[in-house]
Amino acid sequence: MIVGVLAILVTVGIFIGLAAGLIVAEKRLANYGTCTVSLNEGSVVFEQLGGITLLSTLYEHKIYIPSACGGKGSCGYCKVRVLSGGGPLLPTETPYLSRVEQRAGVRLACQVKIKENIELWIPEELLEVKEYRARVESVRSLTHDIKEINLDLIEPTEIKHRPGQYVQVLATGPEGSVYRAYSISSATYEKNKVQLIVRLVPGGVASTYLHNLKGEEEIMFTGPFGEFRLSEDPETDVVLVGGGAGMAPIANIIYSIYDRWPDRHVNFFFGVRSTHDIFYLDEFKKLAEKHKNFNVIYALSDPLKEDEKWDGDTGFIHLSLDKRLAPKHKQQAFLCGPPPMIEAVTEVLKEKKLHENNIFYDKF
Amino acid sequence: MNSTPVLVIFVASIFTNNILLAGFLGMCSFLVCSNRIDTAFGLGAAVTFVMLFTTMINYLIYHYVLIPLKLEFLSYIIFIAVIAAFVQFVEMFVERFSPKLYYALGIFLPLITVNCAILGASLFMVLRKYNFAQSTFFGLGSGIGWALAIALMAGLREKMGYSNVPARLRGPGIVMLVTGIIAMTFMGFAGMLKLQ
Repeated sequence: MIVGVLAILVTVGIFIGLAAGLIVAEKRLANYGTCTVSLNEGSVVFEQLGGITLLSTLYEHKIYIPSACGGKGSCGYCKVRVLSGGGPLLPTETPYLSRVEQRAGVRLACQVKIKENIELWIPEELLEVKEYRARVESVRSLTHDIKEINLDLIEPTEIKHRPGQYVQVLATGPEGSVYRAYSISSATYEKNKVQLIVRLVPGGVASTYLHNLKGEEEIMFTGPFGEFRLSEDPETDVVLVGGGAGMAPIANIIYSIYDRWPDRHVNFFFGVRSTHDIFYLDEFKKLAEKHKNFNVIYALSDPLKEDEKWDGDTGFIHLSLDKRLAPKHKQQAFLCGPPPMIEAVTEVLKEKKLHENNIFYDKF
Repeated sequence: MNSTPVLVIFVASIFTNNILLAGFLGMCSFLVCSNRIDTAFGLGAAVTFVMLFTTMINYLIYHYVLIPLKLEFLSYIIFIAVIAAFVQFVEMFVERFSPKLYYALGIFLPLITVNCAILGASLFMVLRKYNFAQSTFFGLGSGIGWALAIALMAGLREKMGYSNVPARLRGPGIVMLVTGIIAMTFMGFAGMLKLQ
């Protein structure tokens, strides 16, 4: 009995001693003091207690750089240029950085820990990115696995974006929250709402979350992000190629264009498997009646079944493109769809005299 | 008390009684972290450091707390707790002063806690009835021995990158074979010293 009590006392005593030693060590070793974080040559400066990652301190200070994996170092989106004070490049970052990027000081913000004063450079427009709170206004099924989700902005009440940009939706799943990128499908002039087109990915955390929305829920997202740059010159033709949920940025581009340039030439190609996967076709046909320079081509890749009726193109979408698109130097292309489609279409576009810099794409 | 001279214990624990090659303790991190020399050196240094200090601390606790109170049966739990706390400390230390090594070692740094070689060193110290100086040099020697073995292995594996290893043996298979051969060569030292 006495031995038992003594044993417990000794064990507890030693454990407390060890814990106290560790706390002291942590105070001494893991204490980096207050560090200054300075962005874009001093346009944003704040103080930060050292020891945490750059990504979390940027988010704490409402600077939303893209990040899809939530800081695990597995997506490679949170690239920032560290001009000084980032420490050595870590083995966890090298797979995501090209040699040019490494030389320019690009780092993954989720891997860099703040240990001293640090100077960063991020693209100016990322400073404009905000966190939005929105209410689900309505959810509509477009096909068996694609839904259209309409969001009314609550706070801030307006969003300013370029056609083809995306937002990062905060989705809650069984294993915590994740950010996932979805293109904005509503046009840029609709400033109080954001529409998303979401395909259900089996086992996908965010698409499952979004497909389970019924309406009236509140959701959070950050944005806008994205490198799609539509030419402001109305003489430049636009080629849009999409498949499945790749409709989202394209619908945005189409409506935004015809709001500003009613006579601009736009050739829109959309690839789906079967007639069951077609959506928005009637809306676009109506738009094409109003705007003579708008061409809509839908193509089915699967052979027609007996109960299906279709008088449009069949086969993969790059074949339609090859057949119908006139070679022209002055045109821009925006592609959004699965990687094999993007690759095939890019080949065709190059044959049609498009320069690589004028081909923008989203692979998913 | 054990009457082996300190220097003999030190040399013996590096060569003749190498904790990895003769005792086959601490194999898991040895197998995984031995593909690059610099990582192997880093882990070897960390293990040596932890082994040296944990044998010293454990000696003091064992002889000045547990024996007087007749609580020797607590030695396992106390030893492992000391090791765990000390590894936490090393982790903080490495993260502060060598972030590159910190990320290169990854999960294997905290896993030093369950590296059986380290607990083994503390238990051998008790089993062989070493005094404080002997324990200290035994801990240091065993650590150096472990580091030597992993550095040897890493050097061989870097060279092995250029050789034509049969497909089925690639990875742990060939490493186990090579470890066995190195262990046999170390047996050549056995006649030199005898450790009890």
